Amino acid sequence: MTKQFTLVVKRDCPTCTLLEPVYAELAASGLALDVWTQDDPAFPESVSGALDEELERSFRLGVEIVPTLIRREDGEETGRTWGWDRAEWERLTGLEGLGAGLPPFRPGCGAKNVEPGMPEALAARFGSAHLKSRRVPLAPLEDEVEAAYDRGWSDGLPVVPPTEARVLAMLDGTTRDPGEVLGLAPPNLQPCTVEKVAVNAVMAGCKPEYLPVVLAAVEAALDDAFCMHGVLATTYYIGPIVIVNGPVRRAVGMNAKGNVLGQGNRANATVGRALQLVVRNVGGGKPQGVDRAALGNPGKYTFCFPEDEEGSAWPPLSESRGAGKGASAVTLFAGYGVMGVVDQDSRTPEALVETFADVFRGLENRNRRNIDAVVVVSPEHDRVFRDGGWSREDLEAALRTALDEPGHETPKLREGGLLIVRAGGGAGMFSAILPGWAATGPVGSIPVTKEVGT
Amino acid sequence: MRNTPVLVDPTGEVEPARREPLARPASLDGRTVALLDISKARGDIFLDRLHMRLDERGIEVKRYMKPTFARIAPVAVKQQIASEAALVVEGLAD
Repeated sequence: MTKQFTLVVKRDCPTCTLLEPVYAELAASGLALDVWTQDDPAFPESVSGALDEELERSFRLGVEIVPTLIRREDGEETGRTWGWDRAEWERLTGLEGLGAGLPPFRPGCGAKNVEPGMPEALAARFGSAHLKSRRVPLAPLEDEVEAAYDRGWSDGLPVVPPTEARVLAMLDGTTRDPGEVLGLAPPNLQPCTVEKVAVNAVMAGCKPEYLPVVLAAVEAALDDAFCMHGVLATTYYIGPIVIVNGPVRRAVGMNAKGNVLGQGNRANATVGRALQLVVRNVGGGKPQGVDRAALGNPGKYTFCFPEDEEGSAWPPLSESRGAGKGASAVTLFAGYGVMGVVDQDSRTPEALVETFADVFRGLENRNRRNIDAVVVVSPEHDRVFRDGGWSREDLEAALRTALDEPGHETPKLREGGLLIVRAGGGAGMFSAILPGWAATGPVGSIPVTKEVGT
Repeated sequence: MRNTPVLVDPTGEVEPARREPLARPASLDGRTVALLDISKARGDIFLDRLHMRLDERGIEVKRYMKPTFARIAPVAVKQQIASEAALVVEGLAD
């Protein structure tokens, strides 16, 4: 068995310089030792080392602290230690009495390859080989943002240029393999990999920590039940609406309060946009191409919001749809909006639900039946239902009863097609209906809930 | 000189990475052709001749001019051409 040791040090680290006698002892013992220095080719003085000028060696070794000592046996790493801990160095090397006269322990210093900005730069330079996507070199004077427009990658707003460094940083946001295929993206039915989602999440402006939410939303969109091809190809207004539940909402800083359906929050805005960019770029679904919408709606840039679980007396929407208790999840709904439900007078659930029913009766066309919809209950309306002791199920049942009309066999609201969530700012007795597609249920789109992974 | 940036392709990669020029129209029937004079010597002679040939075929022609060949076309000229014509021919060299 061949043992090989690798040592990484830098002059600008008091612990590294303190250990000069130890380096000499290692060399004198006859063990096979490679020494790499990060900053000064003349250091260490007690043994000869090579300068890791580009920090490629340090990057490939995954060094975070100097000094780092790594042991390999037959080419395989079998141990490493960092900083100075005499017992550890002795155990790793099999030598005794190392550094006699030195203190038994000294912490190391941060390695140069992990200084701010360096991991991303080094990853792009030395670690991007595993990215499978085609590279698009730009002309020397070509502006990156304009280049993305010119190549048809944008939804109309500027995108963040997807450089290798940014894509690699984005992929750090998930534990999933970049090559994992989530499904076939319509309409071109191209394999949609984690890597492709990451590229589009970069362009949308996502932080890496948002990526698991985007991945769950893409998985929901590629679920056959959601019928993404039809949602894209219809002449109807609709696009995918992403509703987020669970701890991830607060972890990534989504806004469930005032202006919840509006602009201004990075996570709300970019998660929804990333999904749309995946459909556009990976799937090839573009307006006036396979996207045949007569009018579309502004939510097709992005439409993503979290439920205000903390302010709600009801269980989260995701739990009511089968996701695990306390799990983070996204629910994808094919819809548009926002249709106002304005009632500043009703003080009982019975009176208030009648206003909701009134809006539903005239929604789109009085004769429309079997429709799907999301109802976003504002906090001040929620208070009326809460004070009356109504559950989500009570509200839905009362709404269905109020919408029963003689002479109609088909219900106004499709069974299973009503999603009730609670969100919004504390002032304003204004709720909203987000209507669904004309093709609901198994012949069209069914809302899909997916748990958010890592 | 900055480094040439490299981007990672966000698409399904069913189309070539290199941007292709727009396809040539199969016919000029019903289309308006713009002739752009860049104000370079004798460019007008080439464009006058082309104008004559297009007239013979009954194709509508509109004439435009850049104030100087030394600078890119003013936005107003580009916008006018884009909104009035389907194709443009410009006389580039003398």
